[in-house]
Amino acid sequence: MQGERHLEPQECSVPLAVEVVSLLRQFGSVVALSGVSLEIRKGEFFSLLGPSGCGKTTLLRVIAGLDLPDGGLIKISGRDASEIPAHRRPVNTVFQSYALFPHLTVSDNIAFGLRMKKIAAAEIADRVQRVLALMQITELATRKPAQLSGGQKQRVALARALVNEPEVLLLDEPLGALDLQLRRQLQVELHQLQRKLGITFIMVTHDQEEALVMSDRIAVMNAGKIEQLGSAREIYERPRTRFVAQFIGQCNLFKADVRPTNNGDILARTELGEFSVSNVSKDPTRPGSFVAIRPEKIQLLGGATCGVKNSFTAHIEGFTYCGAETRYRLLAGQQTVNVVVMNREASAVFQPGETVQCLLPAEHLILLDA
Amino acid sequence: MYLGQPLTRAGRWTRAGITSGPAALWLGIFLVLPLAAILAISFLTRGEYGGVELRFTFDSYKRLAGFGELGFDSLYPVVLGRSLALGMATAVLCLAAALPLAFFIARLSERYKGAALTLVVIPFWTNLLIRTYAWQILFSPNSWLTIAAHSLGIGTAGEALYPGMLAVLTGMVCDFLPFMVLPLYASVEKMDWTLAEAAADLGADRWRVFRHALLPQIWPGLGAGFILVFLPATGQFVIPDLLGGAKTAMLGNVIQQQFASSRDWPFGSAIAAVALLLVLVGLAIFQRKGSKHEVLP
Repeated sequence: MQGERHLEPQECSVPLAVEVVSLLRQFGSVVALSGVSLEIRKGEFFSLLGPSGCGKTTLLRVIAGLDLPDGGLIKISGRDASEIPAHRRPVNTVFQSYALFPHLTVSDNIAFGLRMKKIAAAEIADRVQRVLALMQITELATRKPAQLSGGQKQRVALARALVNEPEVLLLDEPLGALDLQLRRQLQVELHQLQRKLGITFIMVTHDQEEALVMSDRIAVMNAGKIEQLGSAREIYERPRTRFVAQFIGQCNLFKADVRPTNNGDILARTELGEFSVSNVSKDPTRPGSFVAIRPEKIQLLGGATCGVKNSFTAHIEGFTYCGAETRYRLLAGQQTVNVVVMNREASAVFQPGETVQCLLPAEHLILLDA
Repeated sequence: MYLGQPLTRAGRWTRAGITSGPAALWLGIFLVLPLAAILAISFLTRGEYGGVELRFTFDSYKRLAGFGELGFDSLYPVVLGRSLALGMATAVLCLAAALPLAFFIARLSERYKGAALTLVVIPFWTNLLIRTYAWQILFSPNSWLTIAAHSLGIGTAGEALYPGMLAVLTGMVCDFLPFMVLPLYASVEKMDWTLAEAAADLGADRWRVFRHALLPQIWPGLGAGFILVFLPATGQFVIPDLLGGAKTAMLGNVIQQQFASSRDWPFGSAIAAVALLLVLVGLAIFQRKGSKHEVLP
C-alpha cells in the first residue's frame, strides 16, 4: 500500500518530515491513539486540533520519543525513528508548562541542548546570541526563569528549542497559558517565525481559532483517531463529520433523508422542507443523514415570503449584539437555528418575534455522516 | 495591636521583642549559654578532684592535637578522624540506599505511599539498644544471616560478622536511614518531572537527565538529609561499641569518658569544641557547593 502511494508523482515531490503509520497507544483501558496514520510535509505548519483527551498530546509525545507507542511506525525525515531514544531524535519540543530549568539563567537554559551535544563553547555563545536576538530577548539573558513573565518564558522556551536547529519543532499548546491579547500577538509572530526559518512545526492545540490562523494543514482528532485532515479552509468549509462540523466553529444541523436528483445535485429532505445541495465532495459514497450549514452562510429575508427555493420560515427568538456581527437565535418548528449577520447598519435589522425567511444557499450546505 | 500599621521606633522594638523575644530567650538559655560555657571551660585548667580551676591554658587543645605531657601521641587525632570518617561513611551509605528508595516511594500510588513511609519510620520507633542487640544476634557465628553472608563470600567462614566494620556500618545505616529518606522523599515528591523530559528532549542521556534536571531539584532535601545523618552519626558511640566490640574509641565515648571517669572537663570540652568546629567547616563547604545548585521557587 505504501509502495502504491509513492508512485503518485505529487506525493513524491514533497519530502516528508514526519510519517506515522497505524500508531497505537493505550493507557490501561483508555485508548489514546487507535491506529493513527499521518504524513507531515517538510516545512509546513501542521496542527493537531481536538478536545482534551483526544490523543493529540500523546501523538506529539510519541513523535518526540517521550512516550513509546504500543504499535505502529514513526519515521522522521524518512528514517525509522521507532528505536531512537528521545535524546537522539532530531526534534525539539516546546512544552506547555515551558519546563525551563529554574536553576539556570536564560542563556544557560538556551545553551543546554548545545552543551549536551558537546559543541564548542565559542559556537554555543554565538548561537545563543543569535537566537536571543531572533526572539528579541537579548536583555533577559542573565535572568532566572522565576524573574520572567509568561510571555517571556514562552519566548525562552522557543529559543531553547530553536537554537538546536531541529528538523521538526513540536509545540504542545504553546500559547495556552497566555492571556488573549498576548496570544493573538504571538500567533502572528509564531507563524512568521515558522515562515522565516522554514522548520517543520507540529503544534498541538485545543483552540480552533489558533489552529485556523496559524496552520498550513490541520488534523482534527477525536477519541484517538484523526477525523479529518486538510487546510483550514477545507476543514471549516467542508467538514466531513458531525464532530468536525461542531468542534470547529458553530454549525446548524438538520436531520435529513438524502437522495441524488437527475441534474447531479443532491436533494436533502428535512422536517423544514427539501433543500438541494450542490457542492458535494467528489465521492458521496456514504450519503449522510445530516445536512449542515454555518450560521453566517444563512441569509435572512424579512417577512414570510413563500416559494423561495432552499428556504424555510422561522421566528426570531432573540439576538446578541457582538460589535462586528449580530447573532440571532431563531426557532423553526422544534428546531433552534443560529444565524450570524454582519452589522452593516447601525441598528438591528430584525426584532424578536418577527417572522423571517431563512435562505440556505445550495453551495454552502454540507452533507454529514450520522 | 494592629500589626500592619506603620510603627514608631519604640513600637518597632516592642513588636520585635514580642515576636522574636521568646525564641531568642530559648536559644540564649539552651544553645548559646551552654556552648559558651563549653568553649570557656575548654581553655581552663583541670581541677585536682574534677571541676575546673580558673587558669587560662591551651593545654587541652595541645593534647587533642597529639602533643601531650608524654610526647607525641596520635590517639586523639585518630579518634577524631575515625569519628568523622564513620559519620561520613554512614551518611554516604544512607544516601546510596535512600536515593533509589525515595524515588521508588514517590512513584508508588497514593495507597501504598503511606504504608511505605510507615515501614521506613518503624525502626525509628524501636529502642536503639534493642535494635543493636538484634544485629548482634543476626551477626553471630551460627545465625542464618551470617551463614548466608559467608556463602556469598563475605567474611571468614566459621567466624561471626561482629564485632567488625561491616556490623558497625549496618547498624549505623539501619539507625539513620529514616533521617535521609524522609527529606529526600519530600523533595522527590514535589519534583517537576517535565524538566526531565525537557532535558531528554534537548539531548541529555539518562545520567545527564539525572545530573542536570533531577539532582538540582532534590539538592535541598539531599543537603538536609546529609546534615541530619552526618552530625549525629559523628557523635554516635553506642553502635560502634556494641557492634564494633568496644575496642575502638569514638568521639562520643571519649568525651563521655572525660566528663565521667577521667573527670577532665577542660579536655572533654576541647574535644567537643573541635568536633563542632570541624563539622561546621564541613557544612560550610557543603553549602557553598550546594548554592550553585540552588533551586528558585
